Amino acid sequence: MATNTTVVGTRIAKPKAAAGPWREAAGRLFRNKLAVVGLVIVALFLFCGIFGPLIAPWPYQVQDLKAVFANGDRPLPPFSPNHFLGTDQLGRDLLSRLLDGARISVTVAFVVQAVILFIGVPVGAIAGWFGGRTDNFLMRLTDVIYAFPDLLFIILLSVAFRETAFGQALDGLFLVFVAIGLVGWVTVARLTRGQLLSLKETEFVEAAKAIGVSDRKIVTRHLLPNGMGPIIVAITLGIPTAILAEATLAYIGVGVQPPRASWGSLIADGQTFIRSEPHLVLFPAIFIALALIGFTFLGDGLRDALDPKLKGKQ
Amino acid sequence: MVGADEGIPATDAPSIIELSADDVLRARTEAVANAGVGRKAAHLLEVSGLSTHFFTPDGVVQAVDDVSFDVGYGETLGLVGESGCGKSVSALSIARLVPDPPGKIIAGSILFDGIDVLKLSSEDMRKLRGKEIGFIFQDPLTSLNPTLTIGYQIGESIREHMGLSPKAARERITELLAKVGIPRPKDRLNDYPFQFSGGMRQRVMIAIALSCDPKLILADEPTTALDVTIQAQILELIQRLSSEFGTAVLLITHDLGIAAGMCDRVNVMYAGRIVETGSVDTLFEKPRMPYAWGLLDSLPRIDDVRGDRLRTIEGLPPILISPPNACRFAPRCDFARDVCWANEPALTHRDEPGHLARCWATETGGWIE
Amino acid sequence: MIAYIGRRFLWIIPVLFTVSVITFILMHSVPGGPWDREKQLPAATQDRLNAKYGLDQPIYIQYITWAGKFIQGDLGPSYRYTDRSVNDIVASGIWTTVQLGVMAFLLSVIVGIPLGIFAALGHNKLPDYIATSLSIVGIATPSFVLSIMLIVFFAVQLRWFPTGNWKGPNTWVLPTVALAGFPIAVIARYTRASMLEVTRKDYIRTAHSKGLKDQSVVTRHMIRNALIPVVTILGPTLAFLVTGSFIIERIFGIPGVGQFYITAISTRDYSLLMAMTMLYAFAVAFLNVVVDVLYAYIDPRIRYS
Repeated sequence: MATNTTVVGTRIAKPKAAAGPWREAAGRLFRNKLAVVGLVIVALFLFCGIFGPLIAPWPYQVQDLKAVFANGDRPLPPFSPNHFLGTDQLGRDLLSRLLDGARISVTVAFVVQAVILFIGVPVGAIAGWFGGRTDNFLMRLTDVIYAFPDLLFIILLSVAFRETAFGQALDGLFLVFVAIGLVGWVTVARLTRGQLLSLKETEFVEAAKAIGVSDRKIVTRHLLPNGMGPIIVAITLGIPTAILAEATLAYIGVGVQPPRASWGSLIADGQTFIRSEPHLVLFPAIFIALALIGFTFLGDGLRDALDPKLKGKQ
Repeated sequence: MVGADEGIPATDAPSIIELSADDVLRARTEAVANAGVGRKAAHLLEVSGLSTHFFTPDGVVQAVDDVSFDVGYGETLGLVGESGCGKSVSALSIARLVPDPPGKIIAGSILFDGIDVLKLSSEDMRKLRGKEIGFIFQDPLTSLNPTLTIGYQIGESIREHMGLSPKAARERITELLAKVGIPRPKDRLNDYPFQFSGGMRQRVMIAIALSCDPKLILADEPTTALDVTIQAQILELIQRLSSEFGTAVLLITHDLGIAAGMCDRVNVMYAGRIVETGSVDTLFEKPRMPYAWGLLDSLPRIDDVRGDRLRTIEGLPPILISPPNACRFAPRCDFARDVCWANEPALTHRDEPGHLARCWATETGGWIE
Repeated sequence: MIAYIGRRFLWIIPVLFTVSVITFILMHSVPGGPWDREKQLPAATQDRLNAKYGLDQPIYIQYITWAGKFIQGDLGPSYRYTDRSVNDIVASGIWTTVQLGVMAFLLSVIVGIPLGIFAALGHNKLPDYIATSLSIVGIATPSFVLSIMLIVFFAVQLRWFPTGNWKGPNTWVLPTVALAGFPIAVIARYTRASMLEVTRKDYIRTAHSKGLKDQSVVTRHMIRNALIPVVTILGPTLAFLVTGSFIIERIFGIPGVGQFYITAISTRDYSLLMAMTMLYAFAVAFLNVVVDVLYAYIDPRIRYS
């Protein structure tokens, strides 16, 4: 076939084929322009999230009331002296609050995915490895959770436990992590199971079984590393979903507690002044958009890089 | 449904509805006028100097490089070689089906029935495809559309090229199915490909290829994906129908045994080039190129000692990105000398008429007798 | 096939059962109760109310009572809106919510799929860039941001549409677009990827080898096959529309059922909360089954097995 010829040609043309699948994947990733754009955005986003408070010109909760008063009790516009992106009604520096929002989004993004990973991968692995009744039970369970109206369930958890110590932990963020993670692990569990099922049939696993390697070792040493690609992609593409969920919760006022500033709550606060001070909504919206685009591009790029055969599929 | 319905003879099936002569004439005059070439060709297909290259991020892959061959009216020509040697790309080039990008036909001419297909407009080319040139692909499992009934898929080219009434088209489809040996053809028109076994699907592919009475069938490894027992049936079917219809066949295979059984003449391809060509008998009796020996040698034989390893050709085909001016087989050749590395041999005549080989060692004055 | 559909629909029952049990337990394990108001009610009054509504019973008895009534179609009394039953509350808003959801769904399919096909057919050319940029904007804009923007531009600046409410077609436009924005983008992206994938299939090469017109290859061979994977994401998309609708209802002041959800949670209005959860869970489960059936319709391999 036509494509065969190309493949044979290129494969032999590259003596560096021995460099290992991960390095090859990295090579493909860096040749993909959109993925590099995504990577840069994600790196910036991480930088803001981790070092935000250090580079922020003001602490996020400090009110520069004098400046607001001098402006006739109105939020300062962007490019004001001392306040690069302006302030809100209470004189809090918008840039500093956006950076705090970045910190919240980064934490949500990664902690939620960690929760998903720690529930989803074991559940999927157990279902896929043992099969039979265990598999049936776990998969029916994921079916049920899949049918859960997720955003509503998150809201139920968040509102219900808001007053408890659990709900107050980390300014209310802890609850958000758990809630989003609890409804999000299903996709990863199903994916892990599917990967295991197909890998279980491969020769190298048969061989490992034949020489008496223990089940646990086969799963952890052979199956998971080989099935990792799609899981990494799913996790990366799950990050924008988590960021979006957190922002939405904050927007309707059930997520992070004030005075912390999530991008969602910034938009909720800002929309009152949308006509006179559009920047209060515009900048948080741009930050959300960039974060979502960055992770989406990176996830798409990772998918194409880790499995060229899957190119184009979601 | 697998197995049981294989291999049912269709000898007493009714004959196929004739192509409307007007249609054939119209298409041909149109095409000829467009191509600006007269008819009355000596051969049905004359490929000369064909080069098809793929433009990949890693460089230009010379998948087919300066390939020439011809197929006579009604003849079956074999194109034999390892996978990746350019056989399939040659066939796709003839029908101008090479995926572009990355593939491009960069040089050569392809005269089909006197028409230079490389000069045809894409619309005229389309009218030639399926009608005058039929295709049988390697993998019947993936080559049929899973969401359309086989009746529909066979009927497509008939409706497109022959302008039959729905009823006549339906009759023709049923007859074709009977011809290719599908039992109860009327009942199976509305079945989907997944309801057929691999061999049955390949029969459907053959029915599609034959549906408009083509002059040439390009059969690209038609039996590679099938079980050995079914392979024989499918090959027999292709042979019988092509002689019945007077269709020429370009049979692409990696299996010299198949070529020997099916073809009049055989071209051996290696790394994008034809390295030896001749009649089946000459090629089997007196191959004049070490690669062809290798291919012949790797066929298992009845007198093989049990337990002996199968003979193989060591190594892999070379890189087709900017190959050096040397014999392309030299790295794997046991007989290679300095001259093989310094210059690429040309395709030159050997003793028998029509027998050509590309090898320094077997040329007159070479070091192999 | 009919047995398959029947089985899929029956599956909704255990799903709803599990959802109801989890929600019921969760709801009752939350501190506070329906009688927590700004002014603390006397303990005796609370006890009397609890006895009246059966809230003094053990939780499994309460669940059985609730489930028994639910099966008969009685959603119970609202603890918050004491003059109305939950049935009344749901009935008052459900059709508005359904209408919003259906319109947004139709819009996302009618715009999203052609947009994706359009992009794939002009792969790496202008149409592709335009359609892809549009879908990136769609994915990067949360529905509440899109709502705010639509209101600012089309309601406040241009005054083409009202800022909210749900009275007649011109009030429907902005909320529907706001809700459909994200699904349009997702469907378009998915359709594009799927179309590009199908382009490389062997059977498309076969179709070309038959000498079919490009147009017939696209319409007959590519689109149907490309839509098979797209159908699988319609389930999650519909779920998004269902659960996403209440934010849109909130922003545009639409009198659907969504507005009651958060009130029901924060006021511990148990029966209203259960009713809302069951309603949304049913919608999600039901639509997933519909998608499964649709999938079987498009893909004969499933239909016949």
